[in-house]
Amino acid sequence: MSALIIRRFIQMIFLLIGISFIVFISMHLAPGDPASIIGGPTATKADILGIRQRLGLDQPILVQYWNYLVGLLHGDFGVSFQTQRSVAAELFTRLPNTINLAIASVIVSVIIGIPAGIISALKQNSWLDVFSTTLSLGGISIPNFWLGAMLILVFAVHFQWLPVGGLDAPFWTLQGFKEMILPAITLGTGSAAMIARMGRSSMLEIIHSDFVRTARAKGVKERVVIWVHCLRNAMIPVITVIGLNFGFLLGGTIITEQVFAINGIGRLMIESIGSRDFPMVQGAVLLVAAIFVFVNLVVDIVYALIDPRINYD
Amino acid sequence: MTDILQIENLNIHFRTAEGSLSAVHDLSFSVKKGETVCVVGESGCGKSISALSIMGLLPENGHIAQGKILFEGTDLLSLKPDQMRKMRGNKISMVFQEPMTALNPVFTIGYQLREPLRIHQGFSKKQAHVKGIELLKQVGLSLPEQRMKQYPHELSGGMRQRVMIAMALACHPQILIADEPTTALDVTIQAQILDLINDMKEQLGTSVVMITHDMGVVAETADRVVVMYAGEIVEEGDVETVFNDPQHPYTKGLLASVPKVEGELTQLQAIPGSLPNLGEAIVGCRFQSRCPFAMDICRSQAPPIYEENGHQTRCWMKEGESIADNIVPS
Repeated sequence: MSALIIRRFIQMIFLLIGISFIVFISMHLAPGDPASIIGGPTATKADILGIRQRLGLDQPILVQYWNYLVGLLHGDFGVSFQTQRSVAAELFTRLPNTINLAIASVIVSVIIGIPAGIISALKQNSWLDVFSTTLSLGGISIPNFWLGAMLILVFAVHFQWLPVGGLDAPFWTLQGFKEMILPAITLGTGSAAMIARMGRSSMLEIIHSDFVRTARAKGVKERVVIWVHCLRNAMIPVITVIGLNFGFLLGGTIITEQVFAINGIGRLMIESIGSRDFPMVQGAVLLVAAIFVFVNLVVDIVYALIDPRINYD
Repeated sequence: MTDILQIENLNIHFRTAEGSLSAVHDLSFSVKKGETVCVVGESGCGKSISALSIMGLLPENGHIAQGKILFEGTDLLSLKPDQMRKMRGNKISMVFQEPMTALNPVFTIGYQLREPLRIHQGFSKKQAHVKGIELLKQVGLSLPEQRMKQYPHELSGGMRQRVMIAMALACHPQILIADEPTTALDVTIQAQILDLINDMKEQLGTSVVMITHDMGVVAETADRVVVMYAGEIVEEGDVETVFNDPQHPYTKGLLASVPKVEGELTQLQAIPGSLPNLGEAIVGCRFQSRCPFAMDICRSQAPPIYEENGHQTRCWMKEGESIADNIVPS
């Protein structure tokens, strides 16, 4: 197991260097000059040239990248073009909101998705199954910006049960919890639907397998057959989906944070792309990529805990 | 010896996309205490389905349309699901064909072996663990303490089948149903597993219902043989009688298709054709389309069972030989 973790960390370093290169180049290739945005509409050509020089944007792109990379390897994410603050500091003040939102939506998706999948499989072709599969098809199809807007309309504007947006109170307080509900549902619905579908098909396969018949032949209670013998086996593919979905959730936070006016990494990324704040965008993308790789490492470790056939050493 | 299991006029139907299908038709046989009965027949003849019906584990689309399964005089089909569950693995156990997939891959051998003991005997985890080690020793597995901690994928097919047998015999059942327990194993391991089943049977006095398509297995284990064809019993009798004096053309065909090691080299006799479609109504004898001796009556009327000194045959050819008293209406 420790060999896996070490191997993955080494892979992760190279992966992140690759990602940093792609993001760096694509940002610089995108139209729009950060210097003219910083200078504003009244800036002269000389002003803009001065700004370019100050930001190092006049150097060849590969030299710029090299300087950036050397900084990164020293733990320096650079300084924001816009705020002149350290990118790392800015990212880490915004990160908790995004992480909390992503984790809350994973919880929502698991709480809804896994029971829905299991019930569907156990009551295959019943009205419950049809209801659940139809609902999950809907869940996958509905875009989350629309779902978010509708939830706000119904629960925040019409009934006024929950706040319209923001994520300012700590999540362990009642206010923080209330603020989290709508964004977490918005972000978690698609993922819940995918988990439900995967859980259903995986459970159906396991229910008809030989070892389940053996368990019944031993006189194991039906409840234990399902919740002990089947569930642990059926969860293996579901966990893959949860891990992969975490990546989509991180991407989804960009839209959800925008809809619910949450100060997270996603919203920061949108703002920074708009203002061509290169170091900020690069830093945010790298951070999200690192989180994604880390989550998938955790998924691999969980695999080995659930399935004894998996051995990484 | 008393009958421990009696199957009477069992009819099993399956719902399929093409309609109802009669998989087992009018099956009757009994098993005495301490006896090994082999049920032989080719794939799809209904032998595994009959075994699963004794366990109350028919697939969802199958149901017992008619008949009785009496275990020590109680009709198993009249039991409530929970009463039947308490029978399984306790009074009646089953070993399956595929040891590679029959054990749960995510639980240790120990966990799976302790399960029946804890369910039926009310053992504590510790007691069950001790008994589990003893059982693994009994079925001839080396390093039993270590095996208890291992997972199925760490064991070979033969070892897994031994674990299955240990699990099945954990609660000293009256009946062990073994559904092709050696089919998926290497030839050398096959003999070991059959010996093990025979030994355990002797030790515990368990009756064995052995499902197989292999006449070699029959010769090795059986006291009595039930030959099934297309969901029906076509011949039944003592193993010596059936082997030395087979009456039904299908049994003769089965015996002729076994390669002989000794004696002169002869061409192996295959039985031409294949099983009839059970979804269609079958007129006459079920074997007539493949039978070299088929007569007119075979094509129009199903044959009754003829009995001679406990040797039963479902074939019109017995008509001329038998006396009217011996006819058992089918």
